Amino acid sequence: MTLKLPVYLDNAASTRCDPRVVEAMLPYFSEHYGNAGSRNHSFGWAAEEAIDHAREQCATLLGAQAKEILFTSGATESNNLAIRGAANMYARGPAGSTGRGHIITCSIEHKAVLDPCKRLAKEGFDVTFLQPPPSGVITRAAVEAALRPDTMLVSIMWANNEIGTINEVPEIGALCHEKEIIFHTDGTQWVGKMPVDVERDGIDLLSWSGHKIYGPKGVGGLFVRRRKPRVRLESLVDGGGQERGMRSGTQNVTGIVGFGKACEIARAEMEADGIRLLRLRKKLEREMQQRLEVVQVNGHAERRIPGTTNISFGFVEGESLMMGIKDIACSSGSACTSASLEPSYVLKGLGVGDDLAHSSLRLSLGRWTTEEEIDYAITAITSAVEHLRRLSPLFDLHKEGIDISKIQWQAH
Amino acid sequence: MAYSEKVIEHYNNPRNVGSFGTSKDVAARRDIGVGIVGAPECGDVMQLQIKVNAEGVIEDAKFKCFGCGSAIASSSLATEWIKGRTVDEALGVKNTQIVEELSLPPVKIHCSVLAEDSIRSAIEDYRKKNAGATTTHVSHSN
Repeated sequence: MTLKLPVYLDNAASTRCDPRVVEAMLPYFSEHYGNAGSRNHSFGWAAEEAIDHAREQCATLLGAQAKEILFTSGATESNNLAIRGAANMYARGPAGSTGRGHIITCSIEHKAVLDPCKRLAKEGFDVTFLQPPPSGVITRAAVEAALRPDTMLVSIMWANNEIGTINEVPEIGALCHEKEIIFHTDGTQWVGKMPVDVERDGIDLLSWSGHKIYGPKGVGGLFVRRRKPRVRLESLVDGGGQERGMRSGTQNVTGIVGFGKACEIARAEMEADGIRLLRLRKKLEREMQQRLEVVQVNGHAERRIPGTTNISFGFVEGESLMMGIKDIACSSGSACTSASLEPSYVLKGLGVGDDLAHSSLRLSLGRWTTEEEIDYAITAITSAVEHLRRLSPLFDLHKEGIDISKIQWQAH
Repeated sequence: MAYSEKVIEHYNNPRNVGSFGTSKDVAARRDIGVGIVGAPECGDVMQLQIKVNAEGVIEDAKFKCFGCGSAIASSSLATEWIKGRTVDEALGVKNTQIVEELSLPPVKIHCSVLAEDSIRSAIEDYRKKNAGATTTHVSHSN
């Protein structure tokens, strides 16, 4: 098979929709186009039946009941609904008062968790943002140490989107259940790639997304536990009362059908995909470290999802590196294009130095990534890093034995 | 973000890359001015070295740059523009000219500012080394 460029290594950002998913969706655009809320004709029944089927497919992936699955527009909405919906439902005082309850999250969560938590902090809740250790792994012990008598909600992601590290989710789930605290996890990077059992893992609320698991964009799910305990949420969007009143709005039937199909495929193929991607990712990391000096894989060495790696190439700026590998689609922790000049808050949160944070690439593999593509990436990245190091004044200083972190730089 | 063709050209074929010796070597040489501006934590460090002859003309210039493609192109272009000019003429290079030449978008203007700063900083270093000198490396300003 000949290599087709560009190579896509940004599967943590989004994935190609599986052709089997597209095929499942097609009839719902132009044949079964009814509104699932239309209860008195066959068009509506067909749509409702399709949604019921998708709900089963999603529930099966999580070890949940179909009634525990809500469909949303994606993980951002699911996170907002879970966090704000639970906080407002179980608040200790009315809006406008203080001391409404304590929430624990982590400083390297996705913005779709951090920003709702910050909003709640303004609305009278106390929020603890746990600082991760250099490994990036949030442990049960770290959560336990932050607990207060008024802690009502813990939201800790399952796997980090930038570095792929895995938090102690089942352990944190067990802790929360012991203490009768609601536990939400953002499973966007985990669900569909790694096994989930919401009972075993002690999860009350779980968010995930279609387009990260080879499904369509614009659709996601939220698992809301119905027993032991029964979790209730205050809705964010009110109207027709769809999705058990927790998320009004005409259901995105085609998207939901695709999402369900993507979950079904993921369940069947995640194990084989995971084994293959782990081997390829390890090859990529190993080769980069063998071919180049000062290459650092960020985050925990072992506790990581199979397909994602985040590598810092010392003395090379990430955006210029991406320019040198223009036939590889990936992302960088450098923030050179943003006005702030701030590098990734996730890498900074781990204590990765700003210079190494600016020097990082996130490479995320997916279902269609081939070994040939990884070999191409290894060669292309090596030569781009070598080119840029010939230009790098920092690399010269390193060669002269000067520690660049000890120099008084004039920040601009 | 799309880069202009000129930025890509400088990135692929940067002009005058290098240095006139290690940081220790050049510190001791009065005919060389060194400017290092920016900081690793900001994602940009530019190093410009100028070699000035007895007539105060920049007869050679070398750069190294840790930064994005626009920063690399800005410093590469700066070396082209100051070579063969007197130090006074080199001080006339403005960041706006670099922005125009490379078609830099607004978010990349700081790259051109850094290039202008590196020229000033290198000339300042050269002048400082030669302050009080009476013969060969007299500063031509003032």
